[in-house]
Amino acid sequence: MAKPVKERIIELFLKGSAILTVGTTVGIILVLLSESIPFFKEVSIVEFLTDTEWTPLFTTKRFGILPLISGTLLVTFISVIVAVPLGIIIAIFLSEYASPKFRKTVKPMLEILAAVPTVVYGFFALMTVTPLLQMIIPGLSGFNSLSAGIVMGIMIIPLVTSLSEDAMYAVPKSLREASFAMGASRLQTAFKVVVPAAFSGIVVSVILAVARAIGETMIVAIAAGQQPRLTFDPTVPIETITAYIVQVSSGDIPHGSLEYKTIYAAGITLFVLTFSLNSLSFFIRRKFQEKYQ
Amino acid sequence: MKTKNVFAIGLLSLALLSCGGGKKQQNTEGVQLQGTIEIDGSSTVYPITEAVAEEFKKIQPNVRVSIGVSGTGGGFKKFGRNELDINNASRPIKTKEIAICDSNKVEYVDLTIAYDGLAVIANPQNTWLETITVDELKKIWEPAAQGKIMRWNQIRSEWPDKEIHLFGPGVASGTFDYFTEAIVGESGSSRGDFTASEDDHVLVQGVASDIYGLGFFGLAYYEENMNKLKLIAVDNGKGGVKPTLETVASNEYAPLSRPVFIYVNKQATKREEVKAFVEFYMKNAAALSKDVGYIPLPDSLYTKELEKFTNFVK
Repeated sequence: MAKPVKERIIELFLKGSAILTVGTTVGIILVLLSESIPFFKEVSIVEFLTDTEWTPLFTTKRFGILPLISGTLLVTFISVIVAVPLGIIIAIFLSEYASPKFRKTVKPMLEILAAVPTVVYGFFALMTVTPLLQMIIPGLSGFNSLSAGIVMGIMIIPLVTSLSEDAMYAVPKSLREASFAMGASRLQTAFKVVVPAAFSGIVVSVILAVARAIGETMIVAIAAGQQPRLTFDPTVPIETITAYIVQVSSGDIPHGSLEYKTIYAAGITLFVLTFSLNSLSFFIRRKFQEKYQ
Repeated sequence: MKTKNVFAIGLLSLALLSCGGGKKQQNTEGVQLQGTIEIDGSSTVYPITEAVAEEFKKIQPNVRVSIGVSGTGGGFKKFGRNELDINNASRPIKTKEIAICDSNKVEYVDLTIAYDGLAVIANPQNTWLETITVDELKKIWEPAAQGKIMRWNQIRSEWPDKEIHLFGPGVASGTFDYFTEAIVGESGSSRGDFTASEDDHVLVQGVASDIYGLGFFGLAYYEENMNKLKLIAVDNGKGGVKPTLETVASNEYAPLSRPVFIYVNKQATKREEVKAFVEFYMKNAAALSKDVGYIPLPDSLYTKELEKFTNFVK
């Protein structure tokens, strides 16, 4: 039986929307590849991955992405140290301790943190957090990864909390009741029953938060500095991949030049990083999800 | 409902605009010009042009002046494509850029508007640095220093054994070209591992908040942020000299002082508002450049530059 025309149009429209998003993703990957392949013809991929200096805009051109990667990972690491413990503790509290009414009010408020524009976070890091930190750590540079990382950590707390709280909340009541029946306290139940049961969800929330932190741009562009260097010292200016891309795109580099292509090379590196994290989270969710009836 | 509101606001503002226009036309101060003047280029020249634009607005409120800061090189690129009326330049136009102008049939005139000194600056809490020699600056900034000169005591052994954090304008800036030419000996030749930004406020913020920081930029930005920064004297073999009105104008503060320019597109001068703006600029540059921290030319030179412009427009 033929479908009515109206149905067909709607189906076509829905299909079109889906194809549009997939198409955009494919398009982005294609552009990244097509622009970075010429780059890797001029700069060997070995040099790109092993050289320890990144100065493509200057007289002595060096194309080692490591300083940008180290900068990115350093800031991400600091933000994870801040966000994961706090985020999970908040999630445990909301899911296991808070009254439903409290949970309903606090959770949306926490999510407001995620709605603050990141440029605001950037200035908060530069103008408020850094001067505060300088009181504790003398000699801390005005641009540093510590302050950017802490503020980024605050930004991704809602991401960790929201997803891991959902995972914990979804743990069946019967498990908790069984635990209480065995004489376990609330704390014991939370940490020994609920957290392990929701573990895959928690890990996924952490990985997604990491991916978000790696791709974050404004905070690091404003507060972490613009000086690529291979270091894990959180007190000095560094540059992340995203900040480099911002610096070059807003600057004055002729299109088509080797310097210009560096942003695509940096972009594809970033893409590989976040894409593998997303795939990892997908894999973990599938593989380790505990199933309860 | 919402769209209706927006529409109403639009109508209202249109009505207000036309009212305002009507009133202004009754203004007695000469002819009221209209239009937009597109300016871009050096962030070093920006404060002067901005000050001039502000004053100009008082007598010609209907002329919109938009000023960008893409750096001298970035500005000349647009200028050569005929996208700008005026380019702010902290160095003379390069042969390559002249070629681009020629190929697009862009005629222009260069007008010197003031002198600028490059300030070498450190953090106010820096107790060891008062005077730095040109050779030491070279040692810090030349390409060979990249990855090697990383600590203060590598420059002078009595300085602290601490990492040095360098701040300077980005590669598109005329200030960068000028500094590298004056210090390293070749324009654009510099180490690459420092915090480079076209935005001078980033550099001010960086050095002001970093006790082991060292940077350079246009003198005007130092004057704006005097309380946050420490000005370093530069020794070119004749003792340390700090940049001041006198030392820059007398060229005693060599090699870090230089003239700055505006480049005016000939086609644009056919528009009355651009012509009026440039004339206004040359008549007021002396007072206004001094206001914003630059060193004015002698009065006779301003008259000469204005004549040059008048002849060019004819």
